[in-house]
Amino acid sequence: MPALLDVKGLKTHFFTEEGEVKAVDGVSYDLEDGETLGLVGESGCGKSVSALSLMRLIPSPPGKIVGGEVWFEDRDILKLDMDDMRSIRGGKISMIFQEPMTSLNPVLTIERQLTETLQLHKRMSRAAAREEAESLLARVGIPDPTRRIRQYPHQFSGGMRQRVMIAMALSCSPRLIIADEPTTALDVTIQAQILELMKGLTAEAGVALIIITHNLGVVARYADRVNIMYAGKIIERGEAREIYRNPRHPYTVGLLKSVPRLDQPRRGRLEPIEGQPPDLVNLPQGCPFRPRCRWAVARCETEAPPLMETGEGHWSACWQADLLGIQALEQQDEPQIPAIADLGAEDNRT
Amino acid sequence: MRATPNTEARPGDGIANGDVLLEVKNLKMHFPVNSGMLFQRAVAHIKAVDDVSFAVRRGETLGIVGESGCGKTTIGRCILQLYRPTAGQIIFLERDLGRLSSKEMRAMRRELQVIFQDPYSSLNPRMTAGNIVGEPLLVHKMVKNKAEYRERVAELLLNVGLNPYMANRFPHEFSGGQRQRIGVARALSVEPKFIVADEPVSALDVSIQAQIINLLENLQEQHDLTYLFIAHDLSVVRHISNRVGVMYLGRIVELADRNEIYTNPAHPYTQALLSAVPIPDPVADAQRERIVLRGEVPSPLNPPKGCVFHPRCPAAIDECSRVVPELRQVQPGHWAACIRAPGYGAV
Repeated sequence: MPALLDVKGLKTHFFTEEGEVKAVDGVSYDLEDGETLGLVGESGCGKSVSALSLMRLIPSPPGKIVGGEVWFEDRDILKLDMDDMRSIRGGKISMIFQEPMTSLNPVLTIERQLTETLQLHKRMSRAAAREEAESLLARVGIPDPTRRIRQYPHQFSGGMRQRVMIAMALSCSPRLIIADEPTTALDVTIQAQILELMKGLTAEAGVALIIITHNLGVVARYADRVNIMYAGKIIERGEAREIYRNPRHPYTVGLLKSVPRLDQPRRGRLEPIEGQPPDLVNLPQGCPFRPRCRWAVARCETEAPPLMETGEGHWSACWQADLLGIQALEQQDEPQIPAIADLGAEDNRT
Repeated sequence: MRATPNTEARPGDGIANGDVLLEVKNLKMHFPVNSGMLFQRAVAHIKAVDDVSFAVRRGETLGIVGESGCGKTTIGRCILQLYRPTAGQIIFLERDLGRLSSKEMRAMRRELQVIFQDPYSSLNPRMTAGNIVGEPLLVHKMVKNKAEYRERVAELLLNVGLNPYMANRFPHEFSGGQRQRIGVARALSVEPKFIVADEPVSALDVSIQAQIINLLENLQEQHDLTYLFIAHDLSVVRHISNRVGVMYLGRIVELADRNEIYTNPAHPYTQALLSAVPIPDPVADAQRERIVLRGEVPSPLNPPKGCVFHPRCPAAIDECSRVVPELRQVQPGHWAACIRAPGYGAV
């Protein structure tokens, strides 16, 4: 059976005054029906742009999808005309955004915002759409939906707004939901509620889910597979368990080691990834992670490593992948003090 | 030596013999909610901070955690005298800050600095990094001439891991992590004793967060600093703090030593909060018990009667809706405000 979604060599660039920003630069992955995929990376790594590209929501100019294919239900989304695209957007593929404060329309009632998609995509009558909207609100755990549906977004708390967004995303029974940092703006106890809810509802309806996040912890519990992005590329991909227990890219190892963990004894000093993410206009030659990498060898400087299979279904874009894995994760490195923020600044404290 | 003698036990006593640098006593900060078209009058009060007491001893890091709206930032601002508290005292270096004249307070600010959360909005975009860092030196007349000023600014930048040649750059030329380093250098410039760090790493990417946390720890060792570290991220707070206070709806509900509070949380809210933190390991995460709390934090305009947490509490009994639980010791040095906590009031 072909995958539900097959992204091949997607490239989205932004043409700015500073130059061509290669926000997404050759990203390929697939997604099975009903699967949950985590797309993890730090700000500016291209994770949100790659998701917006799937929906063809890249502001143009300055942005442009300059290459690649996105196969969804045996059609290349990138070649569809605007009418066909509109039927997919919000219908077959829907999206949950980070900021429930800004992604709901403040001057329309929740009813209006929920029934709009139902009337448009499912051609429901107003009364039927209203009834459906109320049952959707009940499904996402909003108490007293008959009363709440007449209210405006400002009358809802952050967590409740995100529930409304989930109801909206589910409303047209999509096959794929893309959630872009769905819990970043929420408190940790509310975050737990929302993640449980999303996972429960998508599993129940057999909907595939892409969770985009900068927090490795958020997807650990919910994702089947995880893609790690850095500087516009996927640098590691595999089963969630593999990524967390047996990481094969120095960036993934660094991310896992730089966060303090509640389930482990406290360590002396954290091990940060030194330096800054690269400038996407002037990417260094060779591997983009090389300047920050403690495993770098001469080859990394000249030749950018492609995504190579290091284990079953586990891919890494690193020449040194075989040296990494569980031992790199457990190895206690001498803490690199002092931390130097910039370009070879000499520090004279120690 | 304490400014005022007191006999009753407070959540600052008996933790260690180190001397107390800062003490907060029965702090209340209520914000009026005004109404009326022309003649504004207070119709209600938001109890942002309601009767909070704690002490910070010299050289330690006291972490304050809680969710948005719990009052943790307000406590920081009251300590800095950016807000005038409704009631209560803040005793710093044995002086009651609320009673100082504005001139005395200005001098006191040399000892009492702050690092803000958002490195994008807390730096003046029209000032160079060097002037941002050096301005407090001029305000407090800490340098004699231009050469000394330049030398000191260069030293400060170096101290936080920035290159001195960056002094001529403007904030927009720096990344988020570097901006936060500028904020740290500015706070350090006047050689303070005490720093309120209000969510200093929340706006940063994880790989940069660790850099700033290590920097704060190194500086603490070198300059004998005392921190009040306010954050919502429990793993970060555990890492950096010696003791941790957990806040909920304007009150401290639990306060204990770092290891004690994380291995042996006594308050149901702390337990739920800890269990909600995601762990970056699917295998380990699956083995943890997860307490998903019902509902949301109630409005501080109209907090619940009795224990403010009782409507969401899995352990609540009838009495919880009537009695406001005081912060009491459940173990020596471990304080909790819950009548259901084992050992509550026994110590």
